[in-house]
Amino acid sequence: MEPEVRVRIQSSTDIVIARQQGRALAAQAGFSNSNLTIIATAISEVARNIVEYAKEGEVVLTLLNNAGSAGIKIVALDHGPGIADIATVMRDGYSTGKGLGIGLPGSRRLMDEFEIASEVGKGTTVTMKKWAV
Amino acid sequence: MAVPILKQSHFLIASIQSALSDQDLVQLRDDLADLVGRHRARGVIVDVTALDVLDSFATRTLRAIAYTTKLRGAETVIVGIQPEVAMSMVQLGLTLENVPTALDLEEGLLFLKLRLEDGHGA
Repeated sequence: MEPEVRVRIQSSTDIVIARQQGRALAAQAGFSNSNLTIIATAISEVARNIVEYAKEGEVVLTLLNNAGSAGIKIVALDHGPGIADIATVMRDGYSTGKGLGIGLPGSRRLMDEFEIASEVGKGTTVTMKKWAV
Repeated sequence: MAVPILKQSHFLIASIQSALSDQDLVQLRDDLADLVGRHRARGVIVDVTALDVLDSFATRTLRAIAYTTKLRGAETVIVGIQPEVAMSMVQLGLTLENVPTALDLEEGLLFLKLRLEDGHGA
């Protein structure tokens, strides 16, 4: 069983907690300082999307160990309104909220792997991975 | 977590001590807009040395601080962006646009002094 940390996201304070927990967990995988910052930033963006669009949800952080290479998996999930057109929200500068429209496409650039699954009325799950070089 | 704001001659220095929530950042923006008037400040320094993350919300709020204080007659300079934070911002696609930055508090004070002497500032 790989180490896992779950952070409930309900307010902007939880965004800070999630990124701090993510940084602490990723440090165990041996990421460089700049990668720790990149991971914390990506967590901040996906956690904020939960607060802004779904009001509440969860960030699940898991350490990965795949054939000797260490990494971290970040899952941000909510049961909010969902996203009708994923291709559009993945475009830089598109936002229906108060944001810059940079959170999701920016997080994809920060991470090695990025997947988003969403169903209108059901919720959204963002799964991201970063591998320590 | 409120950000302490010090007054030094014509300048206000907001020295961020620890990680800030979105609400803390918005509070800082509002406090600075108010204090610029109360202290008749000509310049504002926001020291972000202690921040290990500048995400899209923080970046947008720092821009808002700079534009708000500018409309109130004070120039803002952001100081202390850490190297990893800068690299992460670039990858994320974030920019402070034309908000001035300086390496640290010392450089920030120098920047504001020169600005005001030139008569470009405030």
